[in-house]
Amino acid sequence: MSEQRKRVFISGNEATAEGGIAGGCRHFFGYPITPQNKIPEYMSEELPPIGGVYLQAESEVAAVNMVYGASAAGARVMTTSSSPGIALMQEGLSYMLGAELPGVFVNMVRGGPGLGNIAVAQSDYWLSTRGAGHGDGRCITLTPYSVQELHDFTAGAFEIADRYRAIVMILADAILATMMEPCLLIPRREMEPPERDYAVGPHDRAERERNIVNSLWIDSDVMEGVNLRIAERYARAAEEITDWDEFGSDDPQVLLCAYGISARICESVVIRAEEIGIRLRLLRPKTVFPFPTEPIRAWAERVDAALVVELSMGQFVEDVRLAVEGRCPVELLGRAGGNMPTVSDVLAKVREVAKNAGVSVG
Amino acid sequence: MAEAKLQNPYPDALTETEMRYCPGCTHGTAHRLVAEVIDELGVRDRTVAIATVGCSVFAYEYFNTDSVQAAHGRGPAVATAIKRVQPESIVFTYQGDGDLASIGMGEIVHAAARGENFTVIFVNNAVFGMTQGQMAPTTLMGQKTTTSPRGRTAEEAGFPIRVCELLNTLEGPAFIAREALTTPRRIRSAKKSIRRAFEAQLQGAGFSLVELLSTCHAWWGMEPVESIYHIEDVMIDYYPLDVFRDRVADRARDAGGDENA
Repeated sequence: MSEQRKRVFISGNEATAEGGIAGGCRHFFGYPITPQNKIPEYMSEELPPIGGVYLQAESEVAAVNMVYGASAAGARVMTTSSSPGIALMQEGLSYMLGAELPGVFVNMVRGGPGLGNIAVAQSDYWLSTRGAGHGDGRCITLTPYSVQELHDFTAGAFEIADRYRAIVMILADAILATMMEPCLLIPRREMEPPERDYAVGPHDRAERERNIVNSLWIDSDVMEGVNLRIAERYARAAEEITDWDEFGSDDPQVLLCAYGISARICESVVIRAEEIGIRLRLLRPKTVFPFPTEPIRAWAERVDAALVVELSMGQFVEDVRLAVEGRCPVELLGRAGGNMPTVSDVLAKVREVAKNAGVSVG
Repeated sequence: MAEAKLQNPYPDALTETEMRYCPGCTHGTAHRLVAEVIDELGVRDRTVAIATVGCSVFAYEYFNTDSVQAAHGRGPAVATAIKRVQPESIVFTYQGDGDLASIGMGEIVHAAARGENFTVIFVNNAVFGMTQGQMAPTTLMGQKTTTSPRGRTAEEAGFPIRVCELLNTLEGPAFIAREALTTPRRIRSAKKSIRRAFEAQLQGAGFSLVELLSTCHAWWGMEPVESIYHIEDVMIDYYPLDVFRDRVADRARDAGGDENA
């Protein structure tokens, strides 16, 4: 894109909020929770002067239902929260999915379970990729690994949400939310409202039948039809928007798999791979639902082992194993509760994994 | 022979779908009144009805308007957002006492406190009807339900909630009234309050709510007519009928007062 982008030094939270505005979001409903409070603060400052709506909901439960209502009324709408708040929103996500309403959500994941803490974690992977509340749904899940990607992914999420009538979850974490990095901002511009012929309200009312936004289908065949439509959209999304990045040796012995902040650590691991004399390649998903199964499978045919690094006791690793399907051993380096592995920790684990797989290690 | 002209023709704002309510239930009356008001105000093409969870869950099939079905208790949050996205829409929720006063108490109180400019039709029949007669927050003392089989006691379940009086402590609401769907006189009064509530919204005055004391003869274990008398003889004692707040009338009176001064 040739558009002029302003370069700023900005936090992940602010980059996310500005990404939302650049993506056309003019309606934000949210409830305070650390570590993402800078986002609602930013929206409350920025949205009203440009004709938008910022509203502080009385709870995350109310917030997600406001998103439901705004989406039903045809708005580009988003909310942001952190793990316990996203858990509270699950019912609303399910209703949105059942009513086939698009919406953009951001989860700045913090340590859990329970009230947990406010430190970095990647323990909501399943929450996002395995379900949108009850019922047979999932969230299209984007995994940025920098302040720039937080900005860009959030801006792009609205178009994805509308294209698949889906929930798009930006799955980030407490470090990405609060750290500051240079970021090239996408310019704000006036955007046409999204085309939603199913939205309620006075639009085109004389020319159309009444619209009903609903997720209640008593008839089993009709209900299954909704499920089939949702599944078809996910299948289409897998073809069209699955995204990942790769970095490192073209002839790797060990494949590293990590997303988000863990992938930042793993980049340094790849750079320092010479120290342990093992050829490494990092595969970093930018989407985890849909999941980059094919490239992981292709590398699994060629490497001696794979190592998954994530800040949980093992969630993302299950998707990697499903992709690999036994083609090579897959091991896990997981930390939790706000703790992270250092580059040296990962290097040591790579050595161990390689050795277990019979790679001659120097 | 000339066709007989109905005094009140079937409202445009109701579809001709056969309602699923039990025969003898007053939900039908409530729907009819709301629909007549929508027609009389000429706002059907810009009305959005919010159906909630309970016996009226299929309200979107009956109101001939754009409709959104909301999660249990969350109608006021959904209505808040729709009205904020589209201030030109006329938005109303249709909620039972389980939906509004139990699971949805948070949403209704905050929407009222914010003075959100939409209308709530609150149907209070003192019981969870759709789930087959369990105790509600509005169930009267001593009332037998499927989960208060020996009658509601304060020791076990505390006291029934008076929603209008509770919301009347807030600054946000513009119109609050409680009516009963029993006699023709009361039904006419109920329609008047429903109209006032929608007019408050049309004038941008803020949150409006009409509570309608309604029968559930099926789960009260009564004949339909007996249940009407039950409202008159028992329910109204605990839930007095009143227009608790009418800011639109207050304003008109104040304005009139100024003119006279």
